[in-house]
Amino acid sequence: MTDWIRPANLAEALSARAAHGDYMLLAGGTDLMVGASERAAPAGVIDLFGLDELCALGRDDDGRLRLGAGLTYERLLADPLVRAELPALHDASREVGALQIQARGTLGGNLGTCSPVGDTLPVLLALDAEIELRGPSGTRRLPVDAFCLGYRETALADDELIVAVRFPADIGRRSQVWRKVGTRRAQSISKVMLAASTARADDGALRNVRVGLGAIAAQPLRARETEAVLEGRVPDDALADIAAQTVQTDIAPIDDVRSRADYRRAITGRLVRRWVLQLADAQR
Amino acid sequence: MKLRFQLNGAPTEVDVDPMRRSLDVLREDLTLTGSKEGCGEGECGACTVLIDGAPVNSCLVPVAQLGGHDVQTIEGLAQLGPDGEQLLDDVQRALVTHGGTQCGICTPGIALCASAALKREPAADRGRLRELLAGNLCRCTGYQLIIDALVTAAAERGRAAHEPSAPGGGADGSSAHDSTVRDPNAPPSGDRA
Ligand SMILES: Cc1cc2nc3c(=O)[nH]c(=O)nc-3n(C[C@H](O)[C@H](O)[C@H](O)COP(=O)(O)OP(=O)(O)OC[C@H]3O[C@@H](n4cnc5c(N)ncnc54)[C@H](O)[C@@H]3O)c2cc1C
Ligand code: FES
Ligand code: FES
Repeated sequence: MTDWIRPANLAEALSARAAHGDYMLLAGGTDLMVGASERAAPAGVIDLFGLDELCALGRDDDGRLRLGAGLTYERLLADPLVRAELPALHDASREVGALQIQARGTLGGNLGTCSPVGDTLPVLLALDAEIELRGPSGTRRLPVDAFCLGYRETALADDELIVAVRFPADIGRRSQVWRKVGTRRAQSISKVMLAASTARADDGALRNVRVGLGAIAAQPLRARETEAVLEGRVPDDALADIAAQTVQTDIAPIDDVRSRADYRRAITGRLVRRWVLQLADAQR
Repeated sequence: MKLRFQLNGAPTEVDVDPMRRSLDVLREDLTLTGSKEGCGEGECGACTVLIDGAPVNSCLVPVAQLGGHDVQTIEGLAQLGPDGEQLLDDVQRALVTHGGTQCGICTPGIALCASAALKREPAADRGRLRELLAGNLCRCTGYQLIIDALVTAAAERGRAAHEPSAPGGGADGSSAHDSTVRDPNAPPSGDRA
């Protein structure tokens, strides 16, 4: 029978993890439990769901926003700080699965799975988030693209836990956007997702432009060429067209059961174009 | 593994393999067969139960995660009246009155999810109700009568809470909102792209 460990706090969770690197780390189970009854049961489980220290939500001493890895989409959606400072994450959380998935699925689980269609990953990329990992030798913090290494592949060591996600102190003052295109508006797997953020200079010029994309490559990625053509420019119709062109060469979408590469490329271009036009409108 | 939790208000103890699905333990060991298996993959909501008041898919929750929590199944939604008769929840009554059920496989999940959702959002309008119920699939009804029932239940809860209905909103929550809110069952529109 599976050995079930329910740590009472983070210290216990870390020592269980260090002692049993082969045990399943379980949060809400909305990824791990799909089809689990058809697979061999794990030797053991470390159950992290609802662990207090993983459900922190607030500001660190350095002003950065901290969201615990154990927060569910339901908790994120209910929180006024997330709504005010991280609207792109709020909007993305609202479109993950439906109520039942939102009640169990967690931020840490989305990161742990690191699927190309994980909805929060492009958001975290676009909001300059860093992932906080803790293990026996201490804490390390990685930018999202140093954490998500490839198709369902992360930098997590087998004695570490994902503890939290941190955001820049000024993130709430940057303009943010989230767009998900799927087959159906709820409980659908994404064909393309765009998350983006930018600060504005007094003259309206874009500063610190971040464009995160999902479902268009083996892993979520930043559209760096697109960011570069937007950086420092004042958005207008012409810039929207340039950005839409550029982003289509920034990505490497594939044909799969959910969509075709040329569709994904075209839609990504349109999402970017529309975002830049919105920024231009906000300016007028 | 020995586990204790509240089940439909009563303290319950089971001795089970912790990895078994809550759905199976509820149905097979505790003979509460009201929770149904549709997909077994988290998509359909037929297995919905409430954990601490929140709707979850019991096919995705290993039974060990019920330990210490308050679990409600469809069997616990109706109350017992003074003469031992079953008094249906308002959502259940509305589903009966509107005929919001056919084969009945989805119905327990819909009743539980809607009842919990309306507790949190008694003012939910038609469009929002569709969104709240997006995780409950129905192969039979085409949803319309289900949503009609929920709109009625919501309006009754609203009246009970003395909340005046929004200006322009009819007693049935009105369809004025329908064109502006996200309809989870609508086909994709070019607009979103
Ligand atoms: C019907 C359905 C619809 C869905 N819809 C969406 C959707 O729209 N968008 C989307 O992005 N996803 C969706 N998902 C996938 C899933 O809900 C999310 O990825 C969710 O965030 C996973 O979180 P969890 O807590 O349930 O993860 P689990 O299944 O518990 O774990 C997932 C992985 O993360 C690891 N992990 C979890 N917590 C930690 C931690 N603290 N430290 C280290 N590793 C950890 C686990 O070991 C495992 O590898 C859907 C799933 C289902 C079943
Ligand atoms: S049986 Fe659990 S969601 Fe379908
Ligand atoms: S009534 Fe048959 S699935 Fe809904």
